[in-house]
Amino acid sequence: MAILVDSNTKLIVQGITGSAGTFHAGQCMDYGTQLVAGVTPGRGGQTWKNPSGKGEAPVYDTVVEAKTQTGANASVIFVPPPFAADAILEAVDAEIELVVVITEGIPVVDMLKVRRVLDSQSKTRVIGPNCPGVITPDQCKIGIMPGHIHMPGNVGVVSKSGTLTYEAVGQLTALNMGQTSAIGIGGDPINGTGFIEILEMFQEDDATEGVILIGEIGGAAEEEAAAWIKENFTKPVAGFIAGRTAPPGKRMGHAGAIVSGGKGTAKAKIEALEDAGVKVAPTPSDMGTTMKSLLGG
Amino acid sequence: MNIHEYQAKAIFRKHGIPTPKGIPVLDKEGVGDKAAAAAKQLIDETGNQVVVVKAQIHAGGRGKAGGVKVVKGADAAKSAAEELMGKTLVTPQTGAEGKEVGRLYVEQGLDIAREIYLAMTIDREKRRPVIMCSSEGGVDIEEVAEKHPEKIFKVWVDPAVGLMPYQMRQLAFGLKLEGKAQMKGFSKLVGALSKLFIEEDCSIAEINPLVVTGDDQVVALDAKINFDSNGSFRHKEWAELEDASETADTEARAQDAGLSYIQLDGNIGCLVNGAGLAMSTMDTIQHFGGQPANFLDVGGGATQEAVTTAFEIILTSKEVQGIFVNIFGGIMKCDIIAHGVIEATKKLGLKVPLVVRLAGTNVEEGKRLLKESGLDITPADTMADGAKMIVELAAARANA
Repeated sequence: MAILVDSNTKLIVQGITGSAGTFHAGQCMDYGTQLVAGVTPGRGGQTWKNPSGKGEAPVYDTVVEAKTQTGANASVIFVPPPFAADAILEAVDAEIELVVVITEGIPVVDMLKVRRVLDSQSKTRVIGPNCPGVITPDQCKIGIMPGHIHMPGNVGVVSKSGTLTYEAVGQLTALNMGQTSAIGIGGDPINGTGFIEILEMFQEDDATEGVILIGEIGGAAEEEAAAWIKENFTKPVAGFIAGRTAPPGKRMGHAGAIVSGGKGTAKAKIEALEDAGVKVAPTPSDMGTTMKSLLGG
Repeated sequence: MNIHEYQAKAIFRKHGIPTPKGIPVLDKEGVGDKAAAAAKQLIDETGNQVVVVKAQIHAGGRGKAGGVKVVKGADAAKSAAEELMGKTLVTPQTGAEGKEVGRLYVEQGLDIAREIYLAMTIDREKRRPVIMCSSEGGVDIEEVAEKHPEKIFKVWVDPAVGLMPYQMRQLAFGLKLEGKAQMKGFSKLVGALSKLFIEEDCSIAEINPLVVTGDDQVVALDAKINFDSNGSFRHKEWAELEDASETADTEARAQDAGLSYIQLDGNIGCLVNGAGLAMSTMDTIQHFGGQPANFLDVGGGATQEAVTTAFEIILTSKEVQGIFVNIFGGIMKCDIIAHGVIEATKKLGLKVPLVVRLAGTNVEEGKRLLKESGLDITPADTMADGAKMIVELAAARANA
């Protein structure tokens, strides 16, 4: 069991002929993901070849055509920021079930419009933007994470940060604790899926016995997740919040990572999580051992 | 990205938001005479002897710090301008070192009957833009929100339909505006603000205070705009609005090299990939008793050149007593980073202790390269170990 993706997931890659798209499409395919097609407007009819030499996929002009021809149910977007909102909405219009947006730098005004469309439908779930993607170890990798650090198991991971997710997964694997699925929800102020929605899925997933939740300064998503965990979540949660030393008013790399007007501090988030019974790791190097201590390992 | 008040007001006027008449004075040379001429022109045009000389810096709280002078007549404007230009203003938003005034804005005085607060920003939790206003204008809005939340009125804008007239009425009635002229003036202004926010890719557009004049006009007395940098690809005009003196040289240089860099007060430089990892590397350094000198994210696809530039930027701070490189290689391969670190160390003749922690893709090759380089690089297996080591090495060096 797992959440969002598994060995049955059929993936298309929007922006497959770009340099990032072609490289990571190859990496996903090599990991074992069923990559069934690519989409690049104007390149329909061509064949994409995996840079590793192991496999190829047809390229279509439109998402709806790619879906109709291949039966794809997931898409990953490597389209540059000026065209990303359009690419997301094209996938929503084609009723692709899962759309993973890797693109960093989409204007927030564009995401407001995308969000408005997402709120008025129920067929498509968007993960990201500005995220590393989603992975179910040994079954399906959609995104840019290094596949080899993962192993199948019983811990779910959900995070706003890419490299901190790798950090958590790497520690778990080193402790011989595998993962059900690891989900990067991204560090932008407006995103497709939040902590709570992912936690709901981990709650329902019998294979997931514990969850690592990684947040960062800015917004109130961690506080809201904490309140939800307190009321609803029955599995142990290990947490980490990045940015205790971040100066207020400065954007720390991610578009959403900013303490403004005294709101969104790491301290407030850590307190909220601890109040909800989440065990917060003192340093990021302790995320794995914190999870292990909760699972009685 | 921040811009100055006079620039924000020009954008306001383009979108039909009334502002006082004003003339910017942008150079130090002959500042007094230029300000006097500007004041005279405004007095001639408006018939009002009162003008305001305002320091233009990218920070709020200018008024309380003495950066806004209300004067009568051109001569008084001249001396106010001479006093303000070149002065260092310290406000709660500038930090203790303050900001030097390099630009002024001379503006007509207004007959102010009422001050209001009005702003538009993104409400991340509601996932919509929010317009908020308060009858407590010209004050610290966060304080009002804390102590008198009932004095703040908010409406959320649906991106599909835009700001609706009933929402404008909700705000106007909440503010207890009086009479047709005020209601109409306010509605027009708030409608323009809502359009401007989207079209100009703002993350904040704030008017504090918005004033009602003695003759019932509604005018933006102040203007603050913060752009969403992600929108820069469709706003070529932003390049002209940038004031290089407002950005630390090192931060500008980092930006050019595609690095995300923020200077801090500590003595341990950090070079990290990924924003979350970079932030938590700073946290971990502090956890072990050190102070980070910077935030630096080299990004997902950094080149050898970018790593060298990153080292150079870190070393521009004289405070730096040690550098911690913390890389979790995903897209970025550890051997590439190792090459970059070795080259930079050689090129710069690095004299401060260097701790390098590599993990992820091609980690063994990366570690081997560092070891065989013969350079004085301390390897670490985890980021906690690395942070602890660099804090100890830097302290030993500082005490030596």
